[in-house]
Amino acid sequence: MLSFKLETRPEASRTMSYLSPLIAVALTMLGGLLLFSALGKDPLEGFQVFFLNPLRHWYGVSELLLKAVPLMLIAVGLAIGFRANVWNIGAEGQFILGACGATGVALAMGDSSGPLVLPAMVVAGALGGAAWAAIPAFLRTRFNANEILVSLMLVYVAQLLVSWLVFGPWMDPDGFNFPQSKMFSDSALLPLLVEGTRLNLAFVMALGVLVIGYVFMHNSYLGFKMRVAGEAADAARYAGFSAKRMVWIGLLVGGACAGLAGMAEVAGPMGQLTDKVASGYGFAAIIVAFVGRLNPIGIFFASLLMALLFLGGEQAQLYLSLPASISKVFQGMLLFFLLGSDLFINYRLRVRLTLAKAGD
Amino acid sequence: MEQSLITSMLFATLVAGTPLIIVALGELITEKAGVLNLGAEGTMAMGAVAAFAATHYTGNPYLGVLAGMAAGALMSLLFGLLTLTLMANQVASGLALTIFGVGLSAFVGKPFESLTLPAVPAIRIPLLADIPLLGPALFNQQSLVYFSWALLGGVIWFLYKSRAGLILRAVGESPSSAHSIGYSVIGIRYLATTFGGAMAGIGGAFLSVFYTPLWVEGMVSGRGWIALALVVFATWRPLRVMAGAYLFGGVMISQLFIQGSGLQIEVPSQLLSALPYLATIFVLVLISRNQQTIRLNSPMSLGQPYRPDA
Repeated sequence: MLSFKLETRPEASRTMSYLSPLIAVALTMLGGLLLFSALGKDPLEGFQVFFLNPLRHWYGVSELLLKAVPLMLIAVGLAIGFRANVWNIGAEGQFILGACGATGVALAMGDSSGPLVLPAMVVAGALGGAAWAAIPAFLRTRFNANEILVSLMLVYVAQLLVSWLVFGPWMDPDGFNFPQSKMFSDSALLPLLVEGTRLNLAFVMALGVLVIGYVFMHNSYLGFKMRVAGEAADAARYAGFSAKRMVWIGLLVGGACAGLAGMAEVAGPMGQLTDKVASGYGFAAIIVAFVGRLNPIGIFFASLLMALLFLGGEQAQLYLSLPASISKVFQGMLLFFLLGSDLFINYRLRVRLTLAKAGD
Repeated sequence: MEQSLITSMLFATLVAGTPLIIVALGELITEKAGVLNLGAEGTMAMGAVAAFAATHYTGNPYLGVLAGMAAGALMSLLFGLLTLTLMANQVASGLALTIFGVGLSAFVGKPFESLTLPAVPAIRIPLLADIPLLGPALFNQQSLVYFSWALLGGVIWFLYKSRAGLILRAVGESPSSAHSIGYSVIGIRYLATTFGGAMAGIGGAFLSVFYTPLWVEGMVSGRGWIALALVVFATWRPLRVMAGAYLFGGVMISQLFIQGSGLQIEVPSQLLSALPYLATIFVLVLISRNQQTIRLNSPMSLGQPYRPDA
């Protein structure tokens, strides 16, 4: 008789923790094949359109990198908080506020060109995101209000705020009443890295932030303290690390990174602020942070994967006439499979073959 | 103020609060068993789209409610599989459930986006509905409004008067003691989680079939999260859940109140729409300020995985 038993591993398996995301990706692709055939499409064709089509040309690859930029930026900021058990779920809102901050600068500058416009927008974007994240940080540290719910509620408020801005004070007077700001002048747009694509300087910025994030997490005392706070709260308390400071840092860093991503979006592919500025990057980045194991190197690859899911959705809409929201189904599946296979980091499955008659 | 206006505002408040009551009471039972399911938003979205589809094809809104309930229960079983069987982190799994549910509902709901359903007629309770002022608001209501009241009574009776409710609370307070007396902690948690999911599914069904008989992506618009906040706000007590839900229902229809008050004030519509979210933050701060209250009232094992070491 075959019997299965779950056994606690003597210590968490490092191999499994790196293997688990790969297993999750494989299972997601398998799930995709099933999903396509359940929808009455040829599964192999679906797979090809979704996962391979976006990468056929160099332009597609540049689009992949472009989409990965906000994900990298947001996820690395979130990872710093998540490591310390600070659950900032409202990156989507902080992204919007970053976009608003950068837009404010761009509109105030008008047509005046100068080398300082972009740096000012970067600062305004980061500050906008950080300010929005400071609200849950303050309410958590001062009143103990749950940061998950507060940061999440502020996503809805941010969406309404940007809608008010582009329908009201910032609406382009020559925009035929569309909810959008004026197009930014050239000096407020991020320079392109490769002509003929939309890939811009923000990609370099994102790589820089990943490196800084890596150094902060692995080579700084503060990063070490935050990790201890997350993994062993009691030890952190005995060592005298301030829990409130962890909350502040976790949320402010996460907010600033999300704000940067928002800035890169309006100063990059969009070139203006619209009420549709947030397209789910803030939520997708949560998945990216987990799939990337809260580690900047992992986050780099996970961002590319998640960007592929976004592009795959667009392709599926074009060539398979499926709604683009299919990419969100894939995103959800990916996180489910990851959480499920993470079981085997701390446990292992013992399969025993015993004779039924042995009688124990 | 006109009498009919008071009646209609009261009526609208009750209707707006009803999905919150149903979802929050479901989550309350889940949390009382020690399980923190943050997936209410996604579960409601799935319930809403399933109910809309079923009503669209069968023409029967109550089959729609059943479909929403089933969809919600399935979603929560998925959550249970992850957190109870595979012992995944409950916070992360709940978020995953929300992301998945919101995405999947948008995906399967696409073909229904431009359709509408016929309005479901209210059910009038004779005599009671004739009470001036209150009668038409309270007793000429949607069936699910009455259901939410019955649910409240049922939940109170179950939690505080029944043996099963006692066991459920024991599982939430001290799973290891409940296990040592011989109760299946995981089994009971599965039941509680499924109940919570089914209620979230009904809450979603109420939105897409009764409240605004149509389906749009994102129509749940944070109500699932507000219901979660409501459970904390109510310090895990059913009666306070209802009071809080109507409070929020009132905030949600604030537009109507401003019109009704006859004040000529210019308020951006976005600010009015933001009020429920701001109010949620406000009440969370209010109730969490006193850490003691939360600690005393929240189920002891909330959010912690349990594994019987056999």
